Amino acid sequence: MQAWTFIVAAYAVTFVGTGGVAFAAWRAMRRAEAQAEGLSKRA
Amino acid sequence: MHRFANPARFLSIARPLTGWLFWPGLGLLLIGAGCGLFVTPADYLQGETVRILYIHVPAAWLGMAGWSGIAIAALMQLVWRHPLAGVAGRAIAVPGALFTALCLITGSLWGRPTWGTYWQWDGRMTSMLVLLFLYLGYIALGNASARQGQQGGGVSQVTAIFGLIGAVNIPIINRSVVWWNSLHQGPSITLRGSSIDTAILWPLGPTLLGSSLLFGAIVLMRMRAILARNKVEARMQRLARG
Repeated sequence: MQAWTFIVAAYAVTFVGTGGVAFAAWRAMRRAEAQAEGLSKRA
Repeated sequence: MHRFANPARFLSIARPLTGWLFWPGLGLLLIGAGCGLFVTPADYLQGETVRILYIHVPAAWLGMAGWSGIAIAALMQLVWRHPLAGVAGRAIAVPGALFTALCLITGSLWGRPTWGTYWQWDGRMTSMLVLLFLYLGYIALGNASARQGQQGGGVSQVTAIFGLIGAVNIPIINRSVVWWNSLHQGPSITLRGSSIDTAILWPLGPTLLGSSLLFGAIVLMRMRAILARNKVEARMQRLARG
């Protein structure tokens, strides 16, 4: 296989993995903070 | 550090800091990776595959730095009973495991065209794989202690002790290429300098700094999520009690 096949695979897996974890962390944070804020307003 | 023991004070700093770490981190990572892919020359011996360096080294650094962070958090939890230390440990574990896995995957993809094999059971690769298993164990223990609901979203003392003992593996990873024969190259970047030519080395600075800032932002987002969930759970328990 060409060297670039390995390079593209390495960069793709890195950016997909990093992006996925960052997005999951952001979504969990937004969801939890919105829920906490909602409860505070109701109280 | 005890100044940040109050979650409200911690959040007042963490909220703006998340964006300040995330966007510059992403920018630096993209610039460094772009320059590493399209600007720097190929290596005279390894050819184009040397470009994997710019993502492999930051992944290795963050895998090891992440566990060092877990060990420091564990020490703060066990010795000073810092209320956010366990939360920080849990928040670090998932991105730390991810970057350790990325280090192993990108290393394999670099190894196949360079060494002729994806994997070898040598000191560096095996100790890095052990680090990934340590992370998975810590995540499982951390989730179990959070389910018990007694740690304020943090981790149990047993999990903290596990985090502290696991730190033994960090110097082993670092020195593995010196102590044992390996296909993996020896330490090429030390405090005394680098054996890599600067024409190839320079994009590593932006990718290292960028991925470190991004890692910090991810940890802060995960800590904020844990603290918000704690707040919701505490409120629900108070409502249930009437």
